[in-house]
Amino acid sequence: MEQLRTIGRELAMGSQGGWGQSKEFLDLVKSIGEARSKAEEDRIIARELEHLKRRLADPDVPRRKMKELLLRLVYAEMLGHDASFGHIHAVKMTHDESLPLKRTGYLAVALFLDERHDLVILVVNTIQKDLRSDNYLVVCAALTAACRLIGEEAIPAVLPQVVELLAHPKEAVRKKAVMALHRFYQRSSSSVSHLVSNFRKRLCDNDPGVMGATLCPLYDLILEEPNSYKDLVVSFVNILKQVVERRLPTSYDYHQIPAPFIQIKLLKILAVLGSGDKQASGHMYTVLGDIFRKGDTASNIGNAILYECICCISSIFPNPKMLEAAAETTSKFLKSDSHNLKYMGIDALGRLIKINPDIAEEHQLAVIDCLEDPDDTLKRKTFELLYKMTKSTNVEVIVDRMIEYMINITDHHYKTEIASRCVELAEQFAPSNQWFIQTMNKVFEHAGDLVNIRVAHNLMRLIAEGFGEEDEGADSQLRSSAVDSYLRIVGEPKLPSSFLQIICWVLGEYGTADGKYSASYIIGKLCDVAEAHLTDDTVKAYAISAIFKIFAFEIALGRKIDLLPECQTLVDELSASHSTDLQQRAYELQALLGLDKNAVESVMPADASCEDIEVDRNLSFLNSYVQQALENGASPYIPESERSGVISVGSYRSQEQQETSSHTLRFEAYEMPKPSLPLATSQTSMSTPTTDLVPVTEPGYYKEDHQTSKSQPPGDAVSGEFGVKLRLDGVQKKWGRPTYSSSTPSSLASSQQTTNGASHSDGGGSSSQPRESSYGSKRQQGTEVSAEKQRLAASLFGSAAAKADRKAQASRKTAKDSPSTEKVATTNVTAQPVKEQVIPAAPPPDLLDLGDEPVSSNPPSADPFSQLEGLLGPASAAPVLSGTPATSTSKAPDLMSIFSGDVPTGVASGSTDPTLGDVNSTSSHKGATAVASKKGPSLQDALQKDATARQVGVTPTGNNPNLFKDLLG
Amino acid sequence: MIQAVMVISTQAKPRLLKFYNFQAPEKHQDLVRSVFQLLSASPDSVSNFVKGTKMVYKHLATLYFVFVFDSSENELAMLDLIQVFVEILDRCFRNVCELDIVFNFNKLHTILDEMILGGQVIETSSEQVVKSVEEIERLEKQSSTTSFIPKSITERFTR
Repeated sequence: MEQLRTIGRELAMGSQGGWGQSKEFLDLVKSIGEARSKAEEDRIIARELEHLKRRLADPDVPRRKMKELLLRLVYAEMLGHDASFGHIHAVKMTHDESLPLKRTGYLAVALFLDERHDLVILVVNTIQKDLRSDNYLVVCAALTAACRLIGEEAIPAVLPQVVELLAHPKEAVRKKAVMALHRFYQRSSSSVSHLVSNFRKRLCDNDPGVMGATLCPLYDLILEEPNSYKDLVVSFVNILKQVVERRLPTSYDYHQIPAPFIQIKLLKILAVLGSGDKQASGHMYTVLGDIFRKGDTASNIGNAILYECICCISSIFPNPKMLEAAAETTSKFLKSDSHNLKYMGIDALGRLIKINPDIAEEHQLAVIDCLEDPDDTLKRKTFELLYKMTKSTNVEVIVDRMIEYMINITDHHYKTEIASRCVELAEQFAPSNQWFIQTMNKVFEHAGDLVNIRVAHNLMRLIAEGFGEEDEGADSQLRSSAVDSYLRIVGEPKLPSSFLQIICWVLGEYGTADGKYSASYIIGKLCDVAEAHLTDDTVKAYAISAIFKIFAFEIALGRKIDLLPECQTLVDELSASHSTDLQQRAYELQALLGLDKNAVESVMPADASCEDIEVDRNLSFLNSYVQQALENGASPYIPESERSGVISVGSYRSQEQQETSSHTLRFEAYEMPKPSLPLATSQTSMSTPTTDLVPVTEPGYYKEDHQTSKSQPPGDAVSGEFGVKLRLDGVQKKWGRPTYSSSTPSSLASSQQTTNGASHSDGGGSSSQPRESSYGSKRQQGTEVSAEKQRLAASLFGSAAAKADRKAQASRKTAKDSPSTEKVATTNVTAQPVKEQVIPAAPPPDLLDLGDEPVSSNPPSADPFSQLEGLLGPASAAPVLSGTPATSTSKAPDLMSIFSGDVPTGVASGSTDPTLGDVNSTSSHKGATAVASKKGPSLQDALQKDATARQVGVTPTGNNPNLFKDLLG
Repeated sequence: MIQAVMVISTQAKPRLLKFYNFQAPEKHQDLVRSVFQLLSASPDSVSNFVKGTKMVYKHLATLYFVFVFDSSENELAMLDLIQVFVEILDRCFRNVCELDIVFNFNKLHTILDEMILGGQVIETSSEQVVKSVEEIERLEKQSSTTSFIPKSITERFTR
């Protein structure tokens, strides 16, 4: 132990340092020094802290002892232990009369606390008092503490005294008062702004120390607004001149250089003031020239001044003579052996080339030396310089160097920075596309995961689009060279994901374009990539898409190709992947293989990745289909915004919460089940559009009423009435005998809605039904209805709708082959009755027993729902109204149409209606079946999907590339 | 502005910590550790500037003297400020060693307070600093001799 060896000496010295500590402290330090482990050290200090705690609280401890105790506490805290119990003692000690104690108290307080600490309020008063003290040391201690502890609110309390102290006879006090004022200015410039002129006054202080200290606040002020201090330029230049001419007391000399720190500060200030100001700069040239002439390059501090001088010259209005001197000094720095000086030289060069880029040329070799230096700090600085120096003429060398350096960096953050700089320079100055692509390849190879993915996409686009002005031949040459290089690289291990994506994409698009490589060769490579990166779904997706494209191109060319065994394995594996995206790609690939040439060509046109795709957002191509559906009696689509009871997905969560809390508060009535109503009934009901106005009494209509009450525009009195009635019904039922007629299957559905929480989408809802239905029937007995609850319900079902909507979308994606699902999917256009047809109806006759009724398997459970839909039919007969294309929005009373509008979209979107809930679940069932059916290959599907994938862009993993699929179909 | 002054032993023990922007005591050890990692990573031959954090250090005997600061300070000048600081220590302790610093860290604080206040350099003349530190010392001794009687005894007097 180093310390122990000197401990004897220390003991011999006794209190030679002046403030000798007791033996206890010595022992503490010694035992800590001897501690063999961190744990042991911690134990020692914990013991010490216990001891200190006891002693500090002991009133009989002599005050001088207190000082030492507090210092030991500071020591313990410095070693990282909590000494917060002692903070109050430190505060107490600042009140002490005796100077050493007071100073120790202030020291501890300044180390322990900050301005936000609760105890500071106790100190502010003491500071205030001490600032008035006769003893200048007390004042100094108070000022030191004030710098640390006076926050914005406390500034006014001490400000007058501090300003007074600016004229204190002792220079040490003036100095500290200046700094305190500066500190206040930093904390809250507004509360001190009227006192800023004091700094100017202090600049003329007789004491050079005070003047030097004043430069600090002035520098900050000048940085903020240089223009209001232009008048000081002459003063600063004069001061600097005097300093350089050794007019200051020799005590300010440091290594035979007059007041170097003051010189440096002045140079910094002049650099700011002279920036872009020819007149101000004019005053400075002489003194700067003097400094260069007298410059002492032998000592460290002399170089510091010279460096600051260079900074100043590069900042002020340029003067050729000065620049020359600066360049000369810079070259001295660069040639020096000292790393520090080289570092400064590189930095200085970076500043100078901004003014005159030619200066760099003569230092090329020196710069290259720095690049090869083992010192990383210097290297980084040099790369910074190179980055600034890059032009189209030297970009190749510089970027190559940077990449070389980048490869070996381990620091993640810095590597990212260098990589992005490489990319930036390459994009900006690339001499040729060939070079650009090669460079980017290198960057991606070594830092691919650190580079913004956007860069990868840019590269792909560049390869695909070619380079505009050049002819096709050059483009294709470029592509084939890219393919060549990628085929070389692709086998290497540990390539970053984004680079592999590029490789796959390029190989897929252009691998076979020039006929150099056979399709099976490329496909083999791609299969290898996919196999080697089992965990990276994105890469696999890129690979399979690339294979897909190659097959498509081959087929389009009329060639016959066989599925390689490895490719087959890959496809099989992906078909069973957990990722539905990969699955789909695999199935699409299989589907493609069965298509004929023409179909493939239209699905996958060669080299069409850059073609713009026009997306028909209005889906106008569906118009005829819609029209037809409307003519057949479908209800028109109602935009979501105009739909009632639909709440945006955004508020979904809160709704869900409400949903759970509203558990017992069901108030809508449930529909009575009727023996299966075939499509016919619904159609007939459609023909009687007025039914919706009648129904109040009929339980079957409750839901509608409810719906209307919710959905109605505020002005609509009739529907409002409806709503009220509905509620009354609910209330009655709550306490009255359960009216079974109204409950029944619908209750079942509703229960599912609420109890399951958000589980409408739960495909296996059937299993939970028996339980829930009983639950539901109980609830269905009604509850008290309040407006609040109604709102609650609205939000509840709104959420359900939102979810359902999503579901519908999802199912739409996969639909296609099964007609029923397709209907769900395209619900916007299809009329519900059609759907009902599809589902075989099996009405549960006994509603009461529903609870006990074993509904074990999916299909039966689905049936009751369809039943309900049947019921819905007549109820929603109103929708027939909507058979006319007029939008429901215009007709407020046309509630039914709103309602019916909901149903299709929806999977029963917004409705509170239990039956609709059923629809929900049925549709989700269908969704499930649709998913299942999706597993089978479906050609059209696959092709469209791929087409869309291509449309969406080069990223096959785009969020939902299939959105347009149905529409395309 | 100077953010912090640290004296750290070669065994990573902090000997003096002074932060000019308040850092919670809990954070101190982390800062010391990360600074020490930087220090110990660089071989002696390379430059004393560590980029990014802008810190300058000197390795003297068993101690690292570290100044952490922002871009408004000149690196070389900071390096010399460390030199000034060490020279002052040497004058105050006559042949300063690590133990002097351990035992008298409060004196180091006094010295630093004379040199740097609120993160700004207020005095760069070692002579001036030594003079004022000696004066403080003298006055403290004076006052401590005049007010030596502990409270409990004083109370007895008053009774």
